[in-house]
Amino acid sequence: MARGAQAPYSYAMITELGHFALSLAFCVAIFQMIVPLIGANKRWAGWMAVAEPAASTQFILTAFAFGALMWAFITSDFSLRLVVLNSHSLKPMLYKISGTWGNHEGSMLLWVLIVSLFGAMAAWFGGNLPPTLRARVLAIQSAIAVAFFAFILFTSNPFLRVAVPPFDGQDLNPLLQDPGLAFHPPFLYLGYVGLSMTFSFAVAALIEGRVDAAWGRWVRPWTLAAWVFLTIGIALGSWWAYYELGWGGFWFWDPVENASFMPWLLAAALLHSAIVVEKRESLKSWTILLAILAFGFSLIGTFIVRSGLLTSVHAFANDPERGVFILLIMAFFMGGALTLFALRASAMESKGVFSVVSRESALLLNNILLAVACFVVFIGTMWPLLAEMFFDRKLSVGPPFFNAAFTPFMVLLGLVLPIGSAMPWKRAQISRAVRPLRYVFVLALAIGGLAFAMQTGKSLLGPVGMFLGAWLVMGTVVDMMQRTGRGGDRLGRLMRLPRADWGKAVAHSGLGVTMAGIAGLTAWSVDDIRVAQIDVQFEVGSYTLTLTDVEQVQGPNFVSTMGEVILAQDGEQIAVLTPEKRFYPVAEMPTTEAAIDYDLARDVYVVIGDGQTNGGWAVRTYIKPMTNWIWIGCALMALGGLLSLSDRRFRVAAGAGKTARPVPAE
Amino acid sequence: MKKLLLIILLWATPLAAVEPDEILSDPALEARAREISKGLRCLVCRNESIDESSASLARDLRLLLRERLVAGDSDEEAVDFIVARYGEYVLLNPTTTGANWLLWAAGPLMLSLAVGVGFGYVRSRARAKAPDQVPLSAEEEAKLHDILKN
Repeated sequence: MARGAQAPYSYAMITELGHFALSLAFCVAIFQMIVPLIGANKRWAGWMAVAEPAASTQFILTAFAFGALMWAFITSDFSLRLVVLNSHSLKPMLYKISGTWGNHEGSMLLWVLIVSLFGAMAAWFGGNLPPTLRARVLAIQSAIAVAFFAFILFTSNPFLRVAVPPFDGQDLNPLLQDPGLAFHPPFLYLGYVGLSMTFSFAVAALIEGRVDAAWGRWVRPWTLAAWVFLTIGIALGSWWAYYELGWGGFWFWDPVENASFMPWLLAAALLHSAIVVEKRESLKSWTILLAILAFGFSLIGTFIVRSGLLTSVHAFANDPERGVFILLIMAFFMGGALTLFALRASAMESKGVFSVVSRESALLLNNILLAVACFVVFIGTMWPLLAEMFFDRKLSVGPPFFNAAFTPFMVLLGLVLPIGSAMPWKRAQISRAVRPLRYVFVLALAIGGLAFAMQTGKSLLGPVGMFLGAWLVMGTVVDMMQRTGRGGDRLGRLMRLPRADWGKAVAHSGLGVTMAGIAGLTAWSVDDIRVAQIDVQFEVGSYTLTLTDVEQVQGPNFVSTMGEVILAQDGEQIAVLTPEKRFYPVAEMPTTEAAIDYDLARDVYVVIGDGQTNGGWAVRTYIKPMTNWIWIGCALMALGGLLSLSDRRFRVAAGAGKTARPVPAE
Repeated sequence: MKKLLLIILLWATPLAAVEPDEILSDPALEARAREISKGLRCLVCRNESIDESSASLARDLRLLLRERLVAGDSDEEAVDFIVARYGEYVLLNPTTTGANWLLWAAGPLMLSLAVGVGFGYVRSRARAKAPDQVPLSAEEEAKLHDILKN
């Protein structure tokens, strides 16, 4: 059974090689942090040039270490402490692999792997960067890697052996044994850690003392990529929570979720402000600050999750070493970057001139709304801690606060977005921007009004969401049509619009679709809790459900109580649903597997509970309108980001680098 | 692994929240109970309301709340009754009393500040001289000459 215990010696060695590669990567990172930085300062070409091979080497070594750990999980090598604690020989292969990052040590190794991946990518694709800037970017990126290599090697070493290997492991938490969650952390980390690249660019620019349009162009693809990954990661996590946790919630305003949401908000702000830097050479110091803060929030997120500080004060005390270490990393990078910012920011004055009503101002308003929204989430997340420390009050800040305090910013954002994005650079007139939009505004209001008329006595949330969704999607269509001008071949011109324009349109519509989905689900969800007798029909909304059977089923590493529910509407059968209640004997944990009939208009979500003493089973049924819109919208946002990322100007930027070579500030 | 900790602490037994036997026969009263439950924290869980939680303590609180409502308490009285026994920690929706006004005002205050600063910046850009009105430096002049020659 435990194959690893009998694995040949040559395979068992891989763990030691992985450990060695990790230590070596640490040394390479230290070298890469110091030498190019000195080289850039002294203008020694040779010293600067080592940054690239060092970045590649660092990445390859880290990837090898990560691969070695993954190998240990795949072969169920129970001589490794980490594998014993988080795996089991009977676990399906996918979850053996995802088990590599399904724990603290492995996930930190993934973290640093992605740091070095981004560093290596900057080395491979950064040929157009001026040599000093490139050397500095790679050095800063490596400094971040050094901190986390040290963190892993000194406090969270994944390669520790156990003296007496057990016959089998303790299994991964069954809730995490799910395809959605297997890929949630890697995407989230690609996003989180991708922001380290923008941070490195910002700090390098501060050291250079120069931020220009070219810098804005270089930093934008990295921000876009990080934001796209964050979007996918957050959406996967939320989708997983929706179908796995058994009551169809998709967002809980949990500190751990907020930790990923705050960098997302700031990255969204950053990728808009970087446009202003690129096109108009304004908002420079603000953009630099945003780049620093966005990564700062990634670090805060890592700290929150890894220290468990906000989960419970005691979890922090249980493992103070790790928490303090991350806190020190955070203090060093944020303190250093912000000090540098304070010293150098004044040198980066804006060049662009624009009137109060202009696209520049509109994008600034976008940034204000996103940044303040992020601040609200931050305050709400930290408040229980602050209140306990300073006011001696033990209190909770839960979803009702965030819904009330955060939502208005998103409503405002949705309201002004189509108008702002229709404005030209430099000087705009509100009346001219609004005129083409007036019909769709009225139409969107009508859709909101219709929603209001159809619901009776419910909150305004639903109608407002429908209005915003319609307004954003239709406003985007109008914006695209405006760009094609008048006369023939408008379709041809539409197709030839730059990818960035298409990206913007798709992402903004996606936001509208997500907003409508969230509002629809939150406002119009229906639920029903009852004891269902076998073969006795019951009604929920316009649907008829019948529990026809409940049986015990044996899975690979669990036993399941599986119900069979027939879902019908107007006498016609729509689906047969099989909600399950599973029990994982190794982890001694039950899970709920809801059965969902997916549909664009609504999901029917059925959960089976306990058998009742006097016959029948507890069954809960939820009708959840528009749920899938939330994730379709997220997918559209991510797709928009990718389209924008493939825009010609990022691909041809190789030529731009030569003319935009910065002159040193000193 | 953002979710890992969350799961371990939160959904140790993610089976059922409100059980069928808890539901009050009066639908209006039950609807009120559900609404209030959504704002009350399950004390042994993390960031989960008693409406969602399957912990036995959450069940006790749900039953207690329903008892109070059946006894004729208003929503506020029922919540006050529970807060008096379990502390303000059970409120997922923080009050506005004491220092909490800072929490609630943080967003609007920050927004006014940001809009103020942002407006000041925009005004300064509107008044600023366009760069093309500033003559080129000698260095830039030479660079331009280079570029034009090629």
